[in-house]
Amino acid sequence: MRPEAVSKDAGCVRHWLAPALLIALLALAPAAPAANDPPTLTKIESQVMCPVCGTLLQLAESPQAQREKAFIARLISEGRSEGQIKDALVAEYGNEVLALPQGSGFSLSAYVVPIVAFLVAAVALGFGVMRWRRAGGGGPPDEGRRTPCGPTGEDAERLEADLARYDL
Amino acid sequence: MLGVLAVVGLLVFGLVSKGSSGVALGEAAPDSPLPRLEGGGAGSLADYQGRWVLVNFWASWCVPCRQEAPALEEFQRGHGGPRFTVLGIDSRDLSDDGREFVRRYGLSYPQLRDGDGDAAHNFGTTGVPENFLIDPAGKVRLLLRGPVTAEYLRDSVAPMLPEEKS
Repeated sequence: MRPEAVSKDAGCVRHWLAPALLIALLALAPAAPAANDPPTLTKIESQVMCPVCGTLLQLAESPQAQREKAFIARLISEGRSEGQIKDALVAEYGNEVLALPQGSGFSLSAYVVPIVAFLVAAVALGFGVMRWRRAGGGGPPDEGRRTPCGPTGEDAERLEADLARYDL
Repeated sequence: MLGVLAVVGLLVFGLVSKGSSGVALGEAAPDSPLPRLEGGGAGSLADYQGRWVLVNFWASWCVPCRQEAPALEEFQRGHGGPRFTVLGIDSRDLSDDGREFVRRYGLSYPQLRDGDGDAAHNFGTTGVPENFLIDPAGKVRLLLRGPVTAEYLRDSVAPMLPEEKS
């Protein structure tokens, strides 16, 4: 392959790769400001379970759930952090009280596997598109290796003509 | 093909791991160490090997548990000793609430804590209270899914216990 063709392919890939990477970074960015907010009952109820009911605490109204909510409210009034409250709940009810997997040990895989899978899929898609472009996909057969971004040849002329008609 | 096998394998694993738990009459009672509700340390059924044990699953938020507690305490005072004990297991409950419950009803029999409900699950309980009479060999001899009454303890449990030698 000539350097010119490689350069054009790389340019095309850059066009979609940059937004894709930006989206990926935004998706992976930690919600740091939210983690520093003071805990509220409403927030914690949505992150822990009612062990007896098997539902989120915020959906539960059983006597056990009422006691659990009172326990959380008391810890909040004592100034405990969200992490300390969750630790206290785990000490009382075990790990299953957490609605979200823990960020350590085997449970960490619940967070890591989707991210790794996303990155692998993104890289695979990138390589796939590059190979497709090199193979001349989407362009006229005779100009496949030189296909720039956007329409070429007759398509480009027709597009220019259409745009000229609408040129105010 | 491999994907289909993986999915089927996961389904089978899920069914097996969710499989039925619990005990039936005549079966060995499940036993694993649990923290004591008061005083620290751990305890288990094995601590009472050679005794009849009435295992009582309860929780402080459970209304029927409050109703049966006086009858259990009275039965313990009448029959507790080297041949028999009631063993309370406070399940899926806050430890402070559990200790307050023990104080309020003046319960003198030993109490263990089953915060995550694993022991209750192993016994196959569907709620609280539930009661299991375990013989000295560790086999389940009586099973009551619900609160005991003084009448039940007198008519069903007491006749199974060895007579006290005076």
